[in-house]
Amino acid sequence: MAAEMRLPAVHKFISLPTTSQSQDDKQLVVPGEVITSDTGFMRGHGTYMDEDRLTASVAGEVERVNKLICVKPLKTRFNGEVGDVIVGRVTEVQQKRWKVESNSRLDSVLLLSSVNLPGGELRRRSAEDELAMRDYLQEGDLISAEVQSIFSDGALSLHTRSLKYGKLGQGVLVQVSPSLVKRQKTHFHNLLCGASIILGNNGYVWLYPTPDQQDEEAGGYFTSLEPVSLSDREVISRLRNCLLALSAHKVLLYDTSVLYCYESSLSHQIKDILKPEVMEEIVLETRQRLIEHEC
Amino acid sequence: MAAVHLSEAEKVYIIHGVRDDLRLDGRGCEDYRHMEIETDVVSNTDGSAKISLGHTDVLVGIKAEIGKPKPLVPNEGYLEFFVDCSANATPEFEGRGGEDLGVELSNTLYKVFNNRLSVDLRSLCISPGEHCWVLYVDVLLLQCDGNLFDAMSIAIKAALFNTRISKVQLSENEEGGKEIELSDDPYDCMRLDVENVPCIVTLCKIGHRHVVDATLQEKACSVASVLISVTHRGTVTCVRKMGKGSLDPESIFEMTEAGKRVGKSLHAPLMRLLQEEESLGQKRQKVGFLG
Repeated sequence: MAAEMRLPAVHKFISLPTTSQSQDDKQLVVPGEVITSDTGFMRGHGTYMDEDRLTASVAGEVERVNKLICVKPLKTRFNGEVGDVIVGRVTEVQQKRWKVESNSRLDSVLLLSSVNLPGGELRRRSAEDELAMRDYLQEGDLISAEVQSIFSDGALSLHTRSLKYGKLGQGVLVQVSPSLVKRQKTHFHNLLCGASIILGNNGYVWLYPTPDQQDEEAGGYFTSLEPVSLSDREVISRLRNCLLALSAHKVLLYDTSVLYCYESSLSHQIKDILKPEVMEEIVLETRQRLIEHEC
Repeated sequence: MAAVHLSEAEKVYIIHGVRDDLRLDGRGCEDYRHMEIETDVVSNTDGSAKISLGHTDVLVGIKAEIGKPKPLVPNEGYLEFFVDCSANATPEFEGRGGEDLGVELSNTLYKVFNNRLSVDLRSLCISPGEHCWVLYVDVLLLQCDGNLFDAMSIAIKAALFNTRISKVQLSENEEGGKEIELSDDPYDCMRLDVENVPCIVTLCKIGHRHVVDATLQEKACSVASVLISVTHRGTVTCVRKMGKGSLDPESIFEMTEAGKRVGKSLHAPLMRLLQEEESLGQKRQKVGFLG
């Protein structure tokens, strides 16, 4: 039994000396800041014209593509691109489609025709399949999927036509800002510490115990409700707290940063990781190691 | 309240975790999340406090006004509660969305705090039957992440500790009428005795065990919870069962015992913290809302 009470402390952000080249090419702006008064540029997302001056409307990083100037916001909803891996939650079952909450501006769509149904890949979707949709995925279920295409209104169309995607079983969901997830070749990692992680591009991170054998998947719709062992739970809880610590300090999430953070947190109890001073210490150590790793 | 949706497998994971005494964030069943408390955060109130418990943020402000005592208890003042569910906390509270929750919360707070065993209501009396102090306790929910009651009760206790009511004197004028005179010195004020003010502990039944300080995810796995208000001596002042599910007598007994134990242990660190904050006085750098 423990109740920790304290006075709030003023947070100080410590900046580490970063490598010089990564600092130079970044132009960071806040809303209302003039990016350029040169009229030769084109206005992109996140900007507006204020009496011939190109001004930022969001806080973030300036991106130039030839004559086009955009501001990429730090805090944003998920702007999906084709091929992105996402983790989402089914919110509605409709005619031939599931609605999936994926942290984007509109709910994403998962069509019945773009999922793998049990019993073979090439199969016609019959009326029975349509009636049994709720048996496969129901409201509240979590899925991992890939963005197949983007509709004209910006909503995403998803697909799960690969054995690595599908319904998610037991584990923990951590929600972070989508801009903190680093784009990589693969977003599925079996971490060395004994758990697996799906770093969704939409900022939803799924932590789950590493499955024993890779081939079992009964079409991806069977979820085991067997208790997870305590040691796996400890690893997952620690990873969850580490992810929250990293996201609180705006550290980019990818397998190495998560693993480094996990390793530097080992000297603390799991529940202590979320204390501000411990969080700061762990994240600082992680960043230090990441910089050393870079050089 | 802001409801979160969970899949069956996630619920099973949480329930098994509670059984193993290891919750999602690594806490045991009777651990609270990290708490930060600050008093005197709103300058135009007589007493105020802000608490953040995990991601639950509650601001409490107390205003003292002179009113008429209730006819049944002419020699006591009283407290009024109002809970405002800000749409900042969750978009569902927008418009009148938070009204039902607000009324429910304030009714419970009224039951827990407005009695002479919790607060010394006699000290709020100015002249029996005519004038008394009415304490308007306004609670503002800034962020909801489960366990509102515990956070609110701790914030109210802290705000009551912080409350300073100016001293008044009654004098008679020539016509025999009474006049209230306010002291000229702004520092000449009365403070409330908060020793007996209870703290609320909410215990959520999850699987076969119960947890304190449940997050929204854990709340979604529980069918029933018990709210217990406990004073520093371990006296239970109010018990309420919430939620649709049922509880068997055995587990109610267990939960009450656990609630008493946990509730009792909340008071000492809270009072220590409040005293420490007061001893720092003006030197302390205020953090407020942007820290």
